[in-house]
Amino acid sequence: MSRKQREEERVRGIFGRRALLLGAGQMGLLGFLAHRLHTLQVDEGERYATLAEENRLSARLLAPPRGRVLDREGRVIAGNQLNWRALLVAEQTSDVGATLETLTKIIPLTDAERARIEREVRRRRRFVPVVVREFLSWEEMARIELNAPDLPGISVDVGTTRIYAEGEHLAHIVGYVAPPAERDMDGDPLLELPGIRVGRAGIERHHDLALRGRAGAVQLEVNAVGRVIRELDRREGVQGQDVQLSVDAELQKSIRGKIEEGTSVVLMDARNGELLAMATQPSFDPNVFNSGVSAAQWREWTANRATPLINKATNGLYAPGSTFKMVVALAGLEARVVTPGERVTCPGYMDLGDSRFHCWHRPGHGGVDMRTALKVSCDVYFYEVAKRVGMDRIAAMARRFGLGVPLEIELPGTRPGLVPTREWRQAQGRPWALGDTVVHGIGQGFYQLTPLSLATMTARLATGRAVQPHLTRSIGGRPVRGVRAEDWPSLGIPERDLRLVREAMWAVVNEQGGTARIARLPPELGAMAGKTGTTQVRRVSREQRERGFRVDQMPREWRPHALFVAFAPMENPIFAVSVVVEHGTSGSAAAAPLAKDVLVEAFQRLRPGPGGLPARVAEAPRSAIPPVRP
Amino acid sequence: MKFERRLLLRERGSGVFEKLWQIPWVFVLLLCAVAGVGYVALYSAGGGSPDPYAGRHAIRFGFGLVMMLSIALVDIRLIARFAWVGYAMGVGLLVLVALHGQVGKGAQRWIDIGPVQLQPSELMKIMLVVALASWFHKASWERIGNPLFLIPPIIAVLVPAAMIFKQPNLGTSLITLMIGGAVFFAAGVRLWKFALVVGAVAIVAPIVYENLHDYQRARITTFLDPESDPLGAGYNIIQSKIALGSGGFWGKGFLQGTQGHLNFLPEKQTDFIFTMLAEEFGLVGGLSVLGLLACVIAFGFLVALRSRHQFGRLLAVGLATNYFLYVFVNIAMVTGSIPVGGVPLPLISHGGSAMITVMIGFGLLMSAHVHRDAEMGAERDET
Repeated sequence: MSRKQREEERVRGIFGRRALLLGAGQMGLLGFLAHRLHTLQVDEGERYATLAEENRLSARLLAPPRGRVLDREGRVIAGNQLNWRALLVAEQTSDVGATLETLTKIIPLTDAERARIEREVRRRRRFVPVVVREFLSWEEMARIELNAPDLPGISVDVGTTRIYAEGEHLAHIVGYVAPPAERDMDGDPLLELPGIRVGRAGIERHHDLALRGRAGAVQLEVNAVGRVIRELDRREGVQGQDVQLSVDAELQKSIRGKIEEGTSVVLMDARNGELLAMATQPSFDPNVFNSGVSAAQWREWTANRATPLINKATNGLYAPGSTFKMVVALAGLEARVVTPGERVTCPGYMDLGDSRFHCWHRPGHGGVDMRTALKVSCDVYFYEVAKRVGMDRIAAMARRFGLGVPLEIELPGTRPGLVPTREWRQAQGRPWALGDTVVHGIGQGFYQLTPLSLATMTARLATGRAVQPHLTRSIGGRPVRGVRAEDWPSLGIPERDLRLVREAMWAVVNEQGGTARIARLPPELGAMAGKTGTTQVRRVSREQRERGFRVDQMPREWRPHALFVAFAPMENPIFAVSVVVEHGTSGSAAAAPLAKDVLVEAFQRLRPGPGGLPARVAEAPRSAIPPVRP
Repeated sequence: MKFERRLLLRERGSGVFEKLWQIPWVFVLLLCAVAGVGYVALYSAGGGSPDPYAGRHAIRFGFGLVMMLSIALVDIRLIARFAWVGYAMGVGLLVLVALHGQVGKGAQRWIDIGPVQLQPSELMKIMLVVALASWFHKASWERIGNPLFLIPPIIAVLVPAAMIFKQPNLGTSLITLMIGGAVFFAAGVRLWKFALVVGAVAIVAPIVYENLHDYQRARITTFLDPESDPLGAGYNIIQSKIALGSGGFWGKGFLQGTQGHLNFLPEKQTDFIFTMLAEEFGLVGGLSVLGLLACVIAFGFLVALRSRHQFGRLLAVGLATNYFLYVFVNIAMVTGSIPVGGVPLPLISHGGSAMITVMIGFGLLMSAHVHRDAEMGAERDET
């Protein structure tokens, strides 16, 4: 055994120990990895399994088609139309700006559009599609599909868009839809879907929840970039319900064709308050709101003095003039301050203190009882009755007729109007003088009443029931309350008093000397009962009067408004109508003939039978929910 | 030279067929099994298709197998003789890659050689082991105790480590140092010297940290708290842990891994191939693969212990440690135990460079086994 061999043995021994140490250490570390795997896969396995499922699964909402709005004959007023649109999913592109840049070469985007898209991309979660452009033409759609490889994140899909077949004719009733704003977000996940619309005005807004339906959902398997791999589960949503209205679209269109700017016509089924037509001029096209209203269009609408966006039938405020006299008469009868037979002498004016209140008929009507006073619209008679009964009792009676109180009409923003009381005046820090009561006895003064409330008043006069004006007949095929006359409570006014007033209104139209004889209905349609009204918009001074002032020489905007309310037929009334012609000068000449035309048309179109007005139940719809395209 | 030739004649079986008989075929089968696991995993990573990963993996492995067996037949003394030539070539390649390399992921790592890309840092580790083994071969206990004797091998380790660090590739640089350390340790360098180095590192480490690239620092900070940046640097670790954990005990089944197939798992065909396997085959599969890899490493140590010359012993230990470090760093990385380092799992993950270099290493290991009884003179002959 040489020294060299011993040396080798020693080195070998050291190596052996150290190699074993190294090997054992390495196996130990591999053992640690095994332990680690056990911890992850067994001890914490369930937690990670949940996380993996969360990664993999993605729920997507399905937008149900919005319910339609139909007229009483089942004609579609607000429907849905297919809408090809380009969507952008920010998550699926590395550079939103570059994608939009490429897209601009295919379909030109304005700077404003790009700014909107980029704003929405920032605001929404990255996997929520943002609408780039709606209402694509076939050609545009094909060009996008063709260039798909160069447009990461862009996809084309088909959605639905709202279409209003009758355009401006029913705009004030149906309203319109628009993309939801922040304040519309009521927690309904449906509102997060791209391209979804919510009702912004009118029926669309009032019945938005019923029309909207409930979102369906699909559970999808998605990969890391959000691409859909397959559909795992699908829960269909609830389609929006159809809302059938009481209006007749054809009648509405026809009436709108008859009227001029500033005129409102409200035609109601007097027995149950169903609105058959509610026409004003001018109006607007609700389809414009769908794709966004341009700044120029908005300026045009808001700057227009004729206020096309405002429904004058529900929001125009007018003094009722002589159409209010029935309320004063009934208030007098109820308060027993006047009897039907009592004659009041009209010398053409009435003096109160040192003020003189004129009758519209300067020579005076002589001695008139209540029926005659209504028939010839004698102002002095009603000055006298008002003086006796007092403003508060007049106002109370007016409220029972739906004047100056909120009505149940389904149009958001409808104004209740105003019937003044002493208290109201005093709240303004002004005293209520007896002269004020006298003026208010003929429907002039502080009143602010809508054509809708005047039609309501007329319907209540005709039926003696507290009918409420409404537009909805059925939702999703189920009739709503108020279709039957018996649904409405009695006003509690003695039939004797009501009959007196109705007969006086009949005399207005049908008797010699009535103010609206010009508006008689053709005999075969039965008799109409009505009342004219003419309300000053400017005070006429005594000097002007004495100089032989003539109203038709005034500038148009100074001329009085012309009003007329009527119901027909006299026996078993069906229709109640109110007409307001702004600056129409004379209720007899401008408003009453228009009311007659409207009623004739209503009889012809609606053909009322003994069971009421006919209406057609709309048949069941229509398109299925579009499938999700992977 | 005369002396050597005489020894050669005394050697048991020197013909090619004799040598083939000596090749450890069980080990070759073991490697085939590991590569087979890789084929299965890559078949799944390719979405249930041999395209684009698994097929190429098999071809590459076949090529590597031929190369490995060829190297196994090369005489161990020839290898020892040209150890430093190989080392010099490795450094040369590192210089080349620094000058002309392809930049990938912010680092110069690749060099194009015809159709394949080569990562010289991988090859360098093998060459370093060979060079160090030859340096310590026949060195006496006294000599190893001499600090001056240790200076050349220390430089031999530091030069490539520094060059790899500059690429920059922190992970591989550290692994190079560890391999060097393992050979030093096995060769019998005194333990107190290791203690000294560890102490020095503790002092120098903070200074090095200051000079790290931002992305390297990010790796360390996201390692400490990956959930802090779930969409950025920590995403990979979190998704990998979700994939592993959701695999559970039995796994989701072959081709059923949701994390992998829905691309939540990043780089599933390379660095995260083990995650893919463990998601689909569960703890059972994961531990089986781990066991298989442990056998490969253990075989290296077995060769070392059975070798009758120090060169073969050190070579085997160094090469086994090299493969161990791949396995450990990769699996520790995908289980979120150490920072993500971009270290593949050779023979299983997709990518030729690591596989080919590892198989060159195994060829050398097998040569050490075949020639375990060779009488080897010292390169620096003491006589």
